[in-house]
Amino acid sequence: MDKAKLDDIETGLFLEALYQRYGYDFRHYAQASLNRRMHGITAAAGCRSVSELIPRLLHDESYLNELLSQLSVPVTEMFRDPEVFLTLRQKVLPVLATFPRVNIWQAGCATGEEIYSLAILLEEEGLLNRTQIYATDINDTALQIAEDGIFSTRLLDEYQRNYLAAGGKSNLADYCTDSKDFFRVHERFRRKIVFAHHNLVSDGVFCEVQLILCRNVLIYFDNILQKHVLELFHESLSRGGMLCLGTRESIRTVASERLFTVLDREAMIFHKTEQTSQ
Amino acid sequence: MTRTSRSKPIAKPQRSKIFEMVAIGCSAGGLDALRTILKALPADFSLPVIVVAHTPPDNSYLLPSLLGAVCKLPVSEAREREPALTGHVYVAPPNYHLLIEQHRHFALSVDDRVCYVRPAIDVLFAAAADVYGEFLAGVVLTGANSDGAEGIKAIKRRGGLTLVQDPKEAYADTMPQAAIDTGAVDQVLPLAALAERICGLSSNRPKL
Repeated sequence: MDKAKLDDIETGLFLEALYQRYGYDFRHYAQASLNRRMHGITAAAGCRSVSELIPRLLHDESYLNELLSQLSVPVTEMFRDPEVFLTLRQKVLPVLATFPRVNIWQAGCATGEEIYSLAILLEEEGLLNRTQIYATDINDTALQIAEDGIFSTRLLDEYQRNYLAAGGKSNLADYCTDSKDFFRVHERFRRKIVFAHHNLVSDGVFCEVQLILCRNVLIYFDNILQKHVLELFHESLSRGGMLCLGTRESIRTVASERLFTVLDREAMIFHKTEQTSQ
Repeated sequence: MTRTSRSKPIAKPQRSKIFEMVAIGCSAGGLDALRTILKALPADFSLPVIVVAHTPPDNSYLLPSLLGAVCKLPVSEAREREPALTGHVYVAPPNYHLLIEQHRHFALSVDDRVCYVRPAIDVLFAAAADVYGEFLAGVVLTGANSDGAEGIKAIKRRGGLTLVQDPKEAYADTMPQAAIDTGAVDQVLPLAALAERICGLSSNRPKL
């Protein structure tokens, strides 16, 4: 049997063990990225093959958190794709402004850079005070970093450029307190965001929102799981609600299911479609 | 029950291998090198070609049209969940790693940079090696970092063909040299010969 097939079998067994033992279901994650991560995890654990890791997974509960952190690698930036944030500012926030109370959900917030970016936009457009933001992830380590709101100043110059390209009206530094190596997002943003553990695979609707931000999360899911999550988003959005996905994500599924209609193709922003009776 | 010995899907002896995919990686100076190679591909070239080029995010939007202008095959950005079609050239989108799934559709990731870059050649080569095995040809061109070397090893491990631009004539020799230093490279060729070699990969395929 060729090595690639053997790897697939081992990864399948590992994911089955993870699911049956702890209830975390990665069985519908897209395989190529998952394989890459599994290689990294196997090497980091000093094992020669994925199957060697299964006993540890089953018998050592303390390993779970480490594993989850490695399986869902959080990578995010402030104002990543500034043109998307510009579109959010120009096209989406004016719609949100028509609601007396605004609820926003970021699904898969990782370490929080994007949701703080959005919170800054909301403040500049005068909406933050009447907005409640929920930011969720399955990675508790990442959630803790997000909640602290403390980031390395290493990338601050790049973030400032992105911020200005996103139509920033001031200086990013005005929204943070900084020391030499770190900056912290101001408390007035942090208190507007509830960071919570939520698993898109297994957890259901937990709030009704007008905007869902979920960028570059569905790219890690296979078609079955992608469809499941889009249905969850559809259910979680109020009438006229909007969904923002990553700029290079496939909209074929979105379109074929007729759950959403395009609001802005470049920024990958969609309107919820109201279901006609079936 | 008896164990049946499975015959190999493709007969190896005498006949040369029928390749199913060409993956090309380049960095500094890569645009000119890519143009030379893609220009040489005939209109009936029968394999899909995937390109990972490290370019500043803003410029890479232009890459498909810059390459399309000199290539007889259609050139487009690789799109998530879309199949890799024969006779097409695909370019990795800026700021995403490009991978390929078992069912030969593209996948993207925003995982950490590899060798300080995203998209990384290593990521594509390793994923493509898992899918295409010995029927993959990987090509490393000019570049100023060591991305691609791990990918070349992955391709070799799965029995694929590994080709590298001669560092002596490359705009930047670090990347081809790093690939060669792995000891996993089948052939080191100047650009013109490399283009010819790649064209030859499709010639055994029966024309449909």
